[in-house]
Amino acid sequence: MWHFVSPRIVFGESSLSSLEEISMSRALVVTDNNLVQIGLVEPVLDLIKKSGCEVLVFDDVEPDPTLAAVELGKVVANDFQPDWIVGLGGGSPMDTAKAIWVLYERPDLIPAMINPFIKLGLREKSRLITIPTTSGTGAEITWGIVLTDSENNRKMGLGNRENAADIALVDPALASGMPPQLTADTGLDALTHAVEGFICTWHTDITDGLCLNAAREILHYLPTAYEASQSDSPNQERFKLAREKMHNSATSAGMGFGNAMASLAHAIGHVLGSVFHIPHGRAVGVCLPYTIEFAARGEDPSRIADLAGLLGIKGASSKLGGKFAAALRNLSQDIGNPVCLAEVGLDKKNFDDQLEKMVDDAFNDTQIITAPRAPSYQELEQLFQYIYSGQPIDF
Amino acid sequence: MAHKFPSDEWVKAVRELLNNSDSYQRSAKDWEGDFIFVVEPDEEYADTAYLHLELYHGSSPGAAMVDPDNLPETEYTLNAPFSTWRKVIDGKLDPIQGMMTGQLKLKGNLMKIMRYPKAAQEIVACCAKIPTDW
Repeated sequence: MWHFVSPRIVFGESSLSSLEEISMSRALVVTDNNLVQIGLVEPVLDLIKKSGCEVLVFDDVEPDPTLAAVELGKVVANDFQPDWIVGLGGGSPMDTAKAIWVLYERPDLIPAMINPFIKLGLREKSRLITIPTTSGTGAEITWGIVLTDSENNRKMGLGNRENAADIALVDPALASGMPPQLTADTGLDALTHAVEGFICTWHTDITDGLCLNAAREILHYLPTAYEASQSDSPNQERFKLAREKMHNSATSAGMGFGNAMASLAHAIGHVLGSVFHIPHGRAVGVCLPYTIEFAARGEDPSRIADLAGLLGIKGASSKLGGKFAAALRNLSQDIGNPVCLAEVGLDKKNFDDQLEKMVDDAFNDTQIITAPRAPSYQELEQLFQYIYSGQPIDF
Repeated sequence: MAHKFPSDEWVKAVRELLNNSDSYQRSAKDWEGDFIFVVEPDEEYADTAYLHLELYHGSSPGAAMVDPDNLPETEYTLNAPFSTWRKVIDGKLDPIQGMMTGQLKLKGNLMKIMRYPKAAQEIVACCAKIPTDW
């Protein structure tokens, strides 16, 4: 027995305009100040206000949102009493919106108590809309909430199936202006979701197709979307197509891994994000080729070989894991991203000083339990070292 | 030698494996909180059994099948029918998925246990390694 959870998804060109059709009285828009500054928030507010809805913007969300930001948002929500909460932005605002929503509905909880084993009883006071402005996190779909415990410098995997959004508006126009680095980072995040959703031990018949198709589309369209981000004429049809395909694929990957799980690249990536503040997509994108190689050298590499074969990578099945990892590294290089942590710019001494904490935290990250090959503590430490230096996995 | 499930020797075998598991010791190195696994009756098993597993800082100081009239106070209880436990121990049901779908019912400090998913997985991995007589 398992569940497949998804919001109603409105996607494609002009899908944002469907906001006008939603009956709202008081909407709390959770976003970040950068999006306000670049003008992405105002058109959304205008659409919400068309029906006479009162709107309040909470834009205190930082990258790697903290428990404190959520607690602050809860106070704002309690004061404003919205009947809709709108998470607008990348993963950070959308995850923050989910957490604020839960605490607004359940004031008896603190963020760390949002777990998948309890009944929350949401939707008594409000509902949730998610609107992604990047093509990567899948947070518009997933019920997972990643928050940073800044006291312990650790990311916390929280969430409950009930806190998946009611409606996700997936309009490619909102992500069409992403700059090159953000396009690359978020694209690799989406690719990692698709790949890990397929290979993780919680994958299902229902999620496999979503992950596979998303992986295929992202491998095909990410280089063009990256090219679009650098182009002086980004409105060419092939660029618009690539941007839209990336936006839809990020959502498909979110439906896939969000109803299965991610895996080892995310466990390590979460730690790199919390300790060194490496953007999430870049962190998991750097890790993925190594964790693929590691899984491919395990007792049962068939899942890796299956995916590689389905993605058009040719060769003997025993070699497919390595070839797949090489293809992923080539893609990262093609879009200007690092292929090891040394290239990210981490100081080696600083890295070594933090190694024990990082291995400890990754060893108890929620995403490690679904790894197709579970690393021992020593193997995990080795993985960190290899990912730092760029040495392909040989153990 | 296979151990009957549920039984005192079975839970003691789990304890021994845990105490020899480097992965468990690493992942639960600051864990404090004992468990009682409650095996509930169903069509395959007529009784109710209580397996007490002491867990402290990456090791298991003690384990026993306990009498329902003298249940020790523990931080956690995990309840499931016999056939569900069998699926977990046979590797056919992931215990965390089991808890998320209500097939296993966990009581205790859920906020704390969410920080130790690997330790929980290692306990089940040790259970699965024990030759079990059903």
